[in-house]
This record gives sequence, C-alpha cells and structure tokens, in this order.
Amino acid sequence: MLRGGRVVDATGDRVADVLVEGDRITEVGDGLRGDRELDAGRCVVAPGLVDLHVHLREPGMEEAETIETGARAAALGGFTAVVAMPNTTPPHDDPAVVGAVLAQGSRATCDVHAAGAITKGRDGCELAPMGELHALGVRIFTDDGACVDAAGVMRAALEYAGSLPDAVVAQHAEDTSLAAGGHMHEGDWSSRLGIPGRPAAAEDTIVARDCILAALTGTHVHFLHLSSAGAVEQVRIAKARGLPVTAEAAPHHFTLTDEACASFDPAFKVHPPLRAPADVAAVKAGLADGTIDAIATDHAPHPTEAKERPFEEAPPGMLGLETALALTLGELVTPGVVDLSTALARLSWGPAAIAGLVDHGGPVAAGSVANLCVFDPEETWTVVPTSLASRARNTPYAGREMQGRVRHTILRGEPVVIDGSATR
Amino acid sequence: MKHLLSIDDLGREGVDELCELAESFLEVTQRDIPKVPALRGKTVACVFYEDSTRTRLSFETAAKRLSADTMAFSVGSSSVTKGESLRDTVQTIEAMGIDAMVVRHRAAGAPHRIATWIDASIVNAGDGRHEHPTQALLDTFTLRRHRGPSLDGARVAIVGDVRHSRVARSSTKAFAALGAKVTLVGPPTMLPESLDGWPASVSCDLDAVLPEVDVVYLLRIQHERQDATLFPSLREYTTRFGLTVERAARLRDDVLVMHAGPMNRGVEIAPEVAEAPRSVITEQVANGVAIRMAVLYSLLGSGAPVA
Repeated sequence: MLRGGRVVDATGDRVADVLVEGDRITEVGDGLRGDRELDAGRCVVAPGLVDLHVHLREPGMEEAETIETGARAAALGGFTAVVAMPNTTPPHDDPAVVGAVLAQGSRATCDVHAAGAITKGRDGCELAPMGELHALGVRIFTDDGACVDAAGVMRAALEYAGSLPDAVVAQHAEDTSLAAGGHMHEGDWSSRLGIPGRPAAAEDTIVARDCILAALTGTHVHFLHLSSAGAVEQVRIAKARGLPVTAEAAPHHFTLTDEACASFDPAFKVHPPLRAPADVAAVKAGLADGTIDAIATDHAPHPTEAKERPFEEAPPGMLGLETALALTLGELVTPGVVDLSTALARLSWGPAAIAGLVDHGGPVAAGSVANLCVFDPEETWTVVPTSLASRARNTPYAGREMQGRVRHTILRGEPVVIDGSATR
Repeated sequence: MKHLLSIDDLGREGVDELCELAESFLEVTQRDIPKVPALRGKTVACVFYEDSTRTRLSFETAAKRLSADTMAFSVGSSSVTKGESLRDTVQTIEAMGIDAMVVRHRAAGAPHRIATWIDASIVNAGDGRHEHPTQALLDTFTLRRHRGPSLDGARVAIVGDVRHSRVARSSTKAFAALGAKVTLVGPPTMLPESLDGWPASVSCDLDAVLPEVDVVYLLRIQHERQDATLFPSLREYTTRFGLTVERAARLRDDVLVMHAGPMNRGVEIAPEVAEAPRSVITEQVANGVAIRMAVLYSLLGSGAPVA
C-alpha cells in the first residue's frame, strides 16, 4: 500500500492511496489499508518509467555492465521497463542471443525488452531475421550505434517490417560519410579544439530521408536520440503531414552543450554529440510540443580505463539511467519548459506506447499491472560516480546537484526499490 | 607557469617573456661549449605517441643544453589503442621520477588530460589537430628577431591545410597576440569550419593576398592525410596555393617565407624559394632549440638569471 502520494498518470492528477495485491493495482482511493505500507508523502506516484534506449552490455562487455546491474540502475532511476540495444557481442541479430538476453532479463529488477538488429552484424547490408526476432517479442528494430546508411536497405527494412505487427524501425540518424572520423559536434568548439567534428547535417539529412521513406512504406520509423535543431524540425514537419514517425531525446542533449568538450574529458563524448545551445533549445521545444515523444537515456556504460584515453580515442557514450528523472525534473519541469504530466508522458506512457508495452505506462487504476515509480520531486542530491549502481562510472554529471529522487519502485507488485535502496 | 599546454596559457606577456629568455639561450647555443647547468638534477621525459624527428630531437637537445637528464619513450603507432591506458602509461613513467613530461600525441587534448593525472610539468609538443605551442613560439621568436619585439601591424598569410593543422591553430594565436594581422589561405575544404577562437580572416585566393603581406607561412601538405576530398590533385594544389618561383618573384624583397617542416619541395613550396635569402626556414629550426630551452627553464628553473 502506497500511502498519501500525488498520483499522476495520463488520466490526471490527484492525491490518493494506491493498494497493490499480487502483481496488480486493486484500488486507488482515500483511507485505504494494507498489510504493508510504503510512505509516499510529498511524493509523486506515477506509472513506472520506460526507457526505450539502454546499452546493458551483456553479452560481451560485462566489465562495463550486466543485465543485472543495468536493471538495478534502471530500478533506482524509477524505470520498470527498458529496451536493450542490439550492439552487444555477439549482437541481437540472432534468436539465440535475443533469447538469452530475455531469459537473463526475466530475473532482473526491471522488465528487459530486447531491440533486434535491422541488419546482420549491424553492418547495414543484409536484413537480420526480423520475423524470428519478432516471434520472440521483439518490436523495436535498430542497428543503433550504426546508422543504416544505404537508403535502399532502409527502405527494404521498412517494407519487410510492415508485415510484422507493431514493429518499429528505429534509426541512429547520423550519415556515416558525413560523421565518420568525427568525435564531437562540428561547430565553434570543434574548430577551437581541433577535434574532428560530426556535423548536425549528418543527422538532419538521414532524418529527412527516413521521413520520406516512412511516407513511401507506411512503416513506423522511430528516431533515436534526436540532438539537432534541424532534425527536430524535420520530425515536426513529418508529423504535421501525418507520417508514422516518432522520436526520442536523451537527457544529455537537453542539459549539456558542446562546450563541455573543452575539458577534453571523454565523459562528454557521445554519438550523436553534445551540440550547440540552439540545438539544446530545439530539443527542449520538441519535448514540450510533442514533436519528441519520449525521453530515453542512451545509457552507455564504459569501463573506466576506456575513458582514460584521449578524447578522440575513447569510446562514445555516457551513463543515464540514474540521472534521467532528476534531470527532467530539474531542467524541464522546474524551469517551466514542460509540466509534470508532460514530463511523465515523455518518460512513461509515451515510450510505453511506442514499444507496445501494455503492462507499462499506466494508468494508475484498479486492474493495471502494478509497475510504479514513486519519487520525491523536491529532494536534492549530488551525483557521486562511485555510488551509482551501474558497474561503470562514466557519468558526465559527477558532482552535479540534482533535484528529484526516486523513493520506491514497484515492479509487477514487487518493491524493487524501497526508500532509495534496491531490495535485491 | 606549471604547464605549457596552449598558447592561450601565455598571452602577449608570456610570449614576450619566453622570446626574451630564448634570446639569451640562443647566445648559449652559439658558445664553444653550448651548455649551462641551469637544470642539473632535473629529469625531462619525452613521451611521443606519434612519430616525430625534429620536435623530439629539438626538445632533447634543449634539455641536454640545460644539463637536465632526459628519457625518451616512443610508442609504436599501432599499440596505442590496445593494452595499457594512457593514464597507466604516464603514471608509470612518472613513478620513475621526472620533473617534466614533453608529450606528443595524435589526439587533441591528450596533454591536458595527462596534466590532470600526474604532478610533473607537462609541455604540449603537439596534440592532434589542436595545438603545437612551442612551434608557435619558435615561429614568433623568429619573426621578432627579424622585425623587432612587436608584430603590431605585420601581415601574415598562413597558407595550406589550416583546418587540420595544430601549427596553424597555435601560430595564429601567437602571431595575433603580438599584434600581427593573420590571414588564413586555402581551399574551403582546408579552412576552419568556424572562425570562433581564430583571431584571423580567411581567403581562398592566394594571389589576391600575396601583394598585401609581410610574411608567407606555408603549411605542409600531408599526403598521408589527403583522402581525395580535400583537394583534387597535388598539381592543382600547387597551381592554386603553392609558393612557386613565379609567385615568389612578385613578392617584395623584405617579405619573409616560413615553413614548419618537413617540406614537400615542389608542392607547397618551390625548392628555389625554400633556398632563397628571404626564407628563414633553417633559422626556425635553430631557434626551436633556444625557445624550448626557454620553456623548460621557465617551467623547471630556479627563476635566477641565466649565467
């Protein structure tokens, strides 16, 4: 029983107790009684958060993260479901690999869904067995980390996926021929620093092209981690035309700019890169007006030694699961960019709908599966890398003061986080 | 001064001081016994993650002429990304007992990162496309010796692949700090993607720029980096941007020609131009030892006047 919280879901906002029995919510109302009570005073009780974009690194890079540790970080961040990206070793281009990931995920502290590769080996050439992966429950297909550069291959993937119910083809939109060899946003700072750049045009051109291919094929295209003003505008235009496109943005793309790279600290290296202030403003505007449907972390753990290389030689990616909610509250809700309900739409029911996760995203009502996130929107805390549950330490927010902290996370009725601590 | 990572660390005053110090060391290098005991007991490690002959030799010579002990650490270009992290490598070297580390790395910012990990003074001997501050100092020193201590109003054209050049990035800042007006010249594929942080103007027309300059600074065309998208052919490059005999003939007699070396004779510079009296290319090399002595001395020395 969750006592005295402010319940916020897609249907509204009210103070109520929430009673959970087994894996379901059985009653929402005043003065409820339960065998076991968790305090939700001063807290928001929301549907569990859903992250469309995480790298759990298992199999292949367990020194950085495992499904178990990544899921624990997710639970501590308020997430009850994550979609694991396919760039593992071996990759998610084979039913045996995806089956093993799902089996491991079934024991974790959040629901772990697997994205399937679009192409074999994620090399952008031949289609992966999308139908076999779909039969295992895969709904999102992507070569994330790599862009499907060839328009013909992308068109074929979209046509083929059109025969698989609810399949979504998700693109890492960065044209390789424009971005290759680059390590940060191309602009004033890359010119100053002498770090080869990845131009926003690399993203804008692929987004524009794939919107056209969405129109051609009618298949749902989802754009991963939108970061440039031009790309946000392309998606806005496509949605106005009624095309089947959705998009996500990562917290680092609405909280950090390319200036951070002046430290040469690879903690700030990510693909697509941290961009200019105008791009950050455009991502915020896109989140506010619904052009961008979801906030997804692109949680990308790397071992410490991999980030103890020079900027140009370190791998891209940063942690995100344990800081996403606080960054959304502190950088979007408190300054008034979006209201709380919109923020939760981007973090919970928006992404749940894209991934087709009927057990997630609410509503917080009798009969729903009890996947819940309870957070104190005012509590402040400081990011200490060594205190994170993730096995890796590569957060770009070390030492930063955060606003808003998860108190409890309920996964299918089980409290996996109580008072800010993981229960297993 | 603890480190020399960027020309930005120095400003006009810092550049002037090092050039004046280099003047006294230049006198030392011309003695019969070109050596002073200024850094006796100090150890300088030259850590080069990228091939370099002249810069490494220049630093080692500078350290030896100051009576410092030197050690050299060269990394084969293939072993960088595997095995030991950069941090582990430099901490291991530091544990052997060093006072300064001269670092050349093919990635921008590597010396800056090292400076956060170890206590020794770090000298940037070239980091990726970012900076090469001692080259900029020796270039500035060379110009000062010809033109006097102020470069106010001097017009310098830096010609070539500016975008990918650490020399251009550092020297532009150093020349501009002393008051020079710098024009960057090359095809658009070789000019900076943004002029933010570049105190310079740009031009794609060398012939329009040359009548207006006092110094022509040529950058090496890097064949190995030329991936067929920077310019169509060496012949076309030379035709449009090379300092040919014909172009040089149109320069005023007092216009100086500089080059950071190593030269591609016949590409960015005609052999006859490199050998002409207006060329100060060999002086640049000699001045490099003196300026590096000044840098090491100002980082590690007692602060006492040089004997």
